[in-house]
Amino acid sequence: MSTVDYTRELSVLEGKPPLRELDDLISKPLETKPNRKFFIALSITLSMTALLVIGLGLTFYYGIGMWGNNIPVGWAWDITNFVFWIGIGHAGTLISAILFLFRQKWRTGIARFAEGMTIFAVMTAGLFPLIHVGRPWLAGYLFPYPSQNSIWVNFTSPLLWDVFAVSTYLTVSLIFWYVGLIPDLATLREKTTNKIKKIIYSVTSLGWRFSNRHWQHYEMVYLILAGFATPLVLSVHTIVSFDFAVSVIPGWHSTIFPPYFVAGAVFSGFAMVQNVLIIVRKIFNYEHIITVDTLEKMNKVMLLTGSMVGYAYAMEFFIAWYGGVEAERFTFLNRALGPYAWAYWIMVTCNVVSPQLFWIKKIRRSIKTMFVIAIFVNIGMWFERFVIIVSSLSRDFLPSSWHHYTPTYVDGMILIGSFGFFFTWILLFAKALPVVSMAEVKAVVEGSQPSHKDH
Amino acid sequence: MNNKILYSYTGIFDSPDDITHAAKEAVKQGYTKFDVNTPYPLHGMNKAMNLSPSKLGYIALIFGLSAALGTLLSLWWVSAIDYPIVIGGKPLFSFPAYVPVMFEVTVLTASIATVLAMLFIFFKLPNNAHPLHGTDYMKKVSSDKYGISIQADDPKFNEEKIIEFLQSVNAKEINTLYWNNEEINHENKILDPKFLAFLILVAVVTSGVTYFSLNKLMFMVPFNWMDEQPKQSAQQKSIFFVDGFGMRQPVAGTIARGYIPYQFKGQPDLAGEKLVNPIPVSKESLQIGQTKYDTYCSPCHGYHAESDSRLHGQFPNPPSLHSDKVRNWNDGRIFAVITEGQNIMPSYSTQLTVDERWAVINYLRVLQRALNAKESDLK
Repeated sequence: MSTVDYTRELSVLEGKPPLRELDDLISKPLETKPNRKFFIALSITLSMTALLVIGLGLTFYYGIGMWGNNIPVGWAWDITNFVFWIGIGHAGTLISAILFLFRQKWRTGIARFAEGMTIFAVMTAGLFPLIHVGRPWLAGYLFPYPSQNSIWVNFTSPLLWDVFAVSTYLTVSLIFWYVGLIPDLATLREKTTNKIKKIIYSVTSLGWRFSNRHWQHYEMVYLILAGFATPLVLSVHTIVSFDFAVSVIPGWHSTIFPPYFVAGAVFSGFAMVQNVLIIVRKIFNYEHIITVDTLEKMNKVMLLTGSMVGYAYAMEFFIAWYGGVEAERFTFLNRALGPYAWAYWIMVTCNVVSPQLFWIKKIRRSIKTMFVIAIFVNIGMWFERFVIIVSSLSRDFLPSSWHHYTPTYVDGMILIGSFGFFFTWILLFAKALPVVSMAEVKAVVEGSQPSHKDH
Repeated sequence: MNNKILYSYTGIFDSPDDITHAAKEAVKQGYTKFDVNTPYPLHGMNKAMNLSPSKLGYIALIFGLSAALGTLLSLWWVSAIDYPIVIGGKPLFSFPAYVPVMFEVTVLTASIATVLAMLFIFFKLPNNAHPLHGTDYMKKVSSDKYGISIQADDPKFNEEKIIEFLQSVNAKEINTLYWNNEEINHENKILDPKFLAFLILVAVVTSGVTYFSLNKLMFMVPFNWMDEQPKQSAQQKSIFFVDGFGMRQPVAGTIARGYIPYQFKGQPDLAGEKLVNPIPVSKESLQIGQTKYDTYCSPCHGYHAESDSRLHGQFPNPPSLHSDKVRNWNDGRIFAVITEGQNIMPSYSTQLTVDERWAVINYLRVLQRALNAKESDLK
């Protein structure tokens, strides 16, 4: 570890703020009473969440028939939303684990927030398979346990792999996040003057003492967790893509799916992280912690993954033609020219064309334009999942069973509500916990590490 | 002050270079029970404090490997031993399909085990009763200062020498830390009324919620397993049909799938002329015939068709099937009797399928031949 050159210039922080000022700045939202703007934002997200609750209530009471799903379109917005949200989560793990392994220092300013987003996105995503089964209170049957029915789940099914992948992902992300929070909670414990807060922070920080005998193990565990989380994050979206690729539906049965899905997940996740961070840095005055340099690097990742996604779209078409399977050829022509062509072209415009603007440095560094492009990317990535799922299912092998899918108002309520659910958690998180890791940011401030001039 | 127990001497430093230097010097002086507290991990401190590399990697390795192996074994047991079921024509033990689950369980187990081992075994946390807690020293090192704390239980502990040492490495503030007597003498009060009241509350709430969910909630819509459905059940009144009956007659002329009407109703002699036994005499057909004969025919006709009824006269005995009349009947004529019945013998068409009736006839021929064997049968 000590072979890395820590003296080189870093773009994590602008200037060289005193460490105590960093503490004050990062913990300020926690120590001040929430203002009017916060309550307005919270009331909006809570109203959206109320739509989710009503939509789910209607679904549970009257049944899945409240949705637009109908055979052969058994998967529609529910699974679209699931894949979309789980993809959003992937950026957090990529930033916290993969960039950590690559020693990318610029990740420190945004890692905590991105990890938080991972957890909330996976929580939101987890709702959808549950409600999709129709009776979510029986979801315990998904886990293999020796029951009186004396039967077991099907271990060869990708849907079962999904249960393991998503629950493992949520658990490991939570652990990773909490381990990162411990030193910060201890800092807050020492900082606070409020009695109740002191008790909460004492309990949650477990009595962390900033001992270097502990830091040594702590860093090792962080490395191990990053080492586990990296293949884990790749496996999660790979397994999500298996839900499609292992079936025989034209347009799904494709070996390009795992890398294509992972790239798409990182793409949409970075777009969402970037959008939310731009708002956070503005509201909390973190402009010199979450710098334009950091955002520019995120835009570069989006440019890369966006191009990979564009390549995958092109390759799918090529293979459909080159493979010579009639049904595949029809599926892809139908995607581009059929009843859902509008969705397909929204997807191509948002995902392939718009990120290409990031080749221009001015656009890459302009807050306003990058914000708009990232919103486009989010829209495009939602439509990508919609196109894959609905256009393939509505036109399967048997023309007699073709069916045009139209969403209902309950579908709409659940989609809007899922955003409300996600952003409610984000708002509460931003007010309750330090959204930037104090310990990690301090460690990369200029002059915060021994200079090795030696004595 | 005298009744307080000394924990350590502490020194505060302003720069990472100074604390690294101090840690190196402390090791040189031979101190072993000392600690360096910094707001973030300092690179090179492991070396300066002469710490051996963390062994947590082994925990991850051991738990990870055991989880991988354990998962593989349990998947094998579940799919190939306990509940073997062929899915998609794959072998019962299909290793490639187990890789995703094995991987996820490995990562989950190893991550949880490593973190728990670090927090609870390596760090002995949670511990909020350490002498360093609630001190000015901790306030400083948690934010922007770097501190060293040399403990009183160090074998080389000597107050004057330690102060001298801390001064020699340019420590800014040199302080003493004491054990907190309250914390040392603290006892957990399990029988505290407040705690007992809390336990009772938890018990009441838990049992109440469990009772409600299992006995009430599971019988409410929509949790009641679709007990109430707006569909027509048998014997129910219908509001759709004019006559009000929920159960309907089949459309006139409906016949069951595979049903072939019997053409010789009331014409047994014609049946004897026209019908030909389609079932060849074979070991299998004779065995089926025997089973069916023994089940349906033998109670009256006897196991050997001698009319030795097992019904003890409660039902009139039929005539022997070894009579010349029956022996000379064609198979079709017997088929007509089984299908339609004769005298007080009822029809057996619902008990025996067409093929089974022919098989029974084949078996009956065997029984007849056994009592009236020909010379040629002896050869």
